[in-house]
Amino acid sequence: MSAASPQASGTTGLVPAIRSLDQFIYGHAPKPIACGRGVVIGDGTVVPELNFTLPPLDVNVDTWPTVRAQYSEMIEGVCKRAVELEVPALLVEFETLPPMTVNPEWGAEITALLAETMARYHERHGLRSALRLTPNDTRDHVRPPVMRSGMYWDGMVKLFRMAGPSGADLLAIESTGGKEIHDEGLMNADLETMVYGIGVLAPRDMKFLWTEMVAACRETNIVPSGDTACGFANTAMVLAEQRMIPRVLAAVARVAAVPRSLVAYEVGAIGPSKDCAYEGPYMKAIMGVPISMEGRSAACAHLSAVGNIAQAVCDCWSNESVQNVRLLSANAPTVSLEQLAYDCRLLNVAAKTPQGATQMRDWLTESDAALDPQAYVLRPDVVLRLAAAIAAEPTPYLRTRRAVQATLQDIADAAAKNEVKIPANETRWIDRFRKVAEALPEDEDEFITEMRSRLADAPYLPQEYGLSA
Amino acid sequence: MSDLQALYTAVLEGNAPAAKAAVQQALDEGVNPEELLQKYMIPAMDEVGRLFEANEYFVPELLISARAMKGALELIRPKLVETGAKPVGKVVIGTVRGDLHDIGKNLVAAMLEGGGFEVIDLGVDVSPEKFVETAKEKGAEIIAMSALLTTTMPGMKTTVEAVNGAGLKGKVKTMIGGAPVTQRYADEIGADGFSDNASGAVRVARELVAK
Repeated sequence: MSAASPQASGTTGLVPAIRSLDQFIYGHAPKPIACGRGVVIGDGTVVPELNFTLPPLDVNVDTWPTVRAQYSEMIEGVCKRAVELEVPALLVEFETLPPMTVNPEWGAEITALLAETMARYHERHGLRSALRLTPNDTRDHVRPPVMRSGMYWDGMVKLFRMAGPSGADLLAIESTGGKEIHDEGLMNADLETMVYGIGVLAPRDMKFLWTEMVAACRETNIVPSGDTACGFANTAMVLAEQRMIPRVLAAVARVAAVPRSLVAYEVGAIGPSKDCAYEGPYMKAIMGVPISMEGRSAACAHLSAVGNIAQAVCDCWSNESVQNVRLLSANAPTVSLEQLAYDCRLLNVAAKTPQGATQMRDWLTESDAALDPQAYVLRPDVVLRLAAAIAAEPTPYLRTRRAVQATLQDIADAAAKNEVKIPANETRWIDRFRKVAEALPEDEDEFITEMRSRLADAPYLPQEYGLSA
Repeated sequence: MSDLQALYTAVLEGNAPAAKAAVQQALDEGVNPEELLQKYMIPAMDEVGRLFEANEYFVPELLISARAMKGALELIRPKLVETGAKPVGKVVIGTVRGDLHDIGKNLVAAMLEGGGFEVIDLGVDVSPEKFVETAKEKGAEIIAMSALLTTTMPGMKTTVEAVNGAGLKGKVKTMIGGAPVTQRYADEIGADGFSDNASGAVRVARELVAK
């Protein structure tokens, strides 16, 4: 596959790595990654990525032996089934629970436990595998969140540096900088406040955070993989699924998250993006990095309107997370692995026939795209169109502004052509949002001044984002 | 003469200035504040809840109405105290220990305020002790707890136990909610109420204070 590398082009932004639909298919990314025990991502084979978590259980000193036993049971079951199903490779994500980041030694201990088991299965059974460690972002344990210092930040940094020595092969995060403001905007359908949270505050935090993470990965020789706007756009997706906010707003929130998530790759992350980053296709299109995605396979964690289309251009296919509970066949993580393994097997077999991958991609796309604006904005041709518009802008704020404006325009046009279904009670919202989007100033300083005045009493600390106190 | 139907419409449409103006005019004309609350404002919020449950309103519209209601209530509350009318109720609300998710909790808090309740919001990561202490200190009738994580749900059980341990069983009712929380879990841990949505939470809270 040939595709251009993203290039900074002066003040006009980035040149997307993928510009043609023919190049935009699952399993193939312009910049594949080799990691762990013989795993290659984005070089032609879709790889299952499994995540799991504890059943209801307090994590503390007294329950720690139980916690260890739970993780041990989960990874054993998953590796054993992966061998039986002859998966081409297995990516496992361990996303820490808050006490395991606040006490980074705990997070490191579980990382080591998982890595040892995966290494044993590689040695004995040839199971290719890699372990992704995702420390959770604990900086909002204090409110307003303190982003750049203090015990929570210190715990995160320590775990970043313990990741490699403990056995992790990749480092990721689900960072939350700017979420405290974005949440307010989302609940009130206040597009300006959302843009301030995700287009002004979040990119500043991403740059600070990812500079630290990339440095830690380089020091310990592991892969700085990617971030996710889960706390922003997936919050919107779940709220929309519960009919709490308009689906159109959730679609806009998804695309508005793209510039924020791009920052990680501009600072040095190389992928794969995190599974719950449904903005992943935009990362792949613009930066050329491989992406992990989740859809129908993640119904164990949350519902969505993008179950099939999310798979259309994925490089890893994930379940988001599943609790370790017993089902009729096996424990839930093992069940999830089996579902992912069969999904990947189908994708990979289809890709062996001429035009098989593009046909499969198009079926996955067509089955969802017209039914919901959130699915529509993941349609590969729409992704390429919006990605080009976003990448053409030079700064995260201007990219976010453009993302919001272009997405609303695109959805309105598509609705007029019956390419996407907009619920009757949402049409009034499109016009409202478009008026606000078109009024966003071009000058970021002007926007910051206006929003700081409006949000003077909001629960956030501007200085934690590099703005004046 | 006041057009009290305008108060109903102002709350329903989330027009805070109009709601406050209508209340002020009515109070100036000597209309009983209890009548304003019970006949116009609460029914308007009930209609907002109904529209939401019928998928006609979204949360932003709920919040706008709740803010209009809250603004109008601020004018009425002192008058209600003067007349000796019983307030709707007092609720201590928070996300349980170890859990930082607060969108759902904030929404329930706003809707409870809109429903006429006095709400003391303890924020996120709230310990059982803090819930109990605050409920005692403020004389709250209800402790409302939220959790988004299965791993933090046990904090609801320990809070219910702390309420009982403090001798408050029956005096302070507990209600719970959040994505992984179910009626079955509420029954299991002995919580007095459960709701899977914000407008439902107001109904549950009203039932609990009426018991």
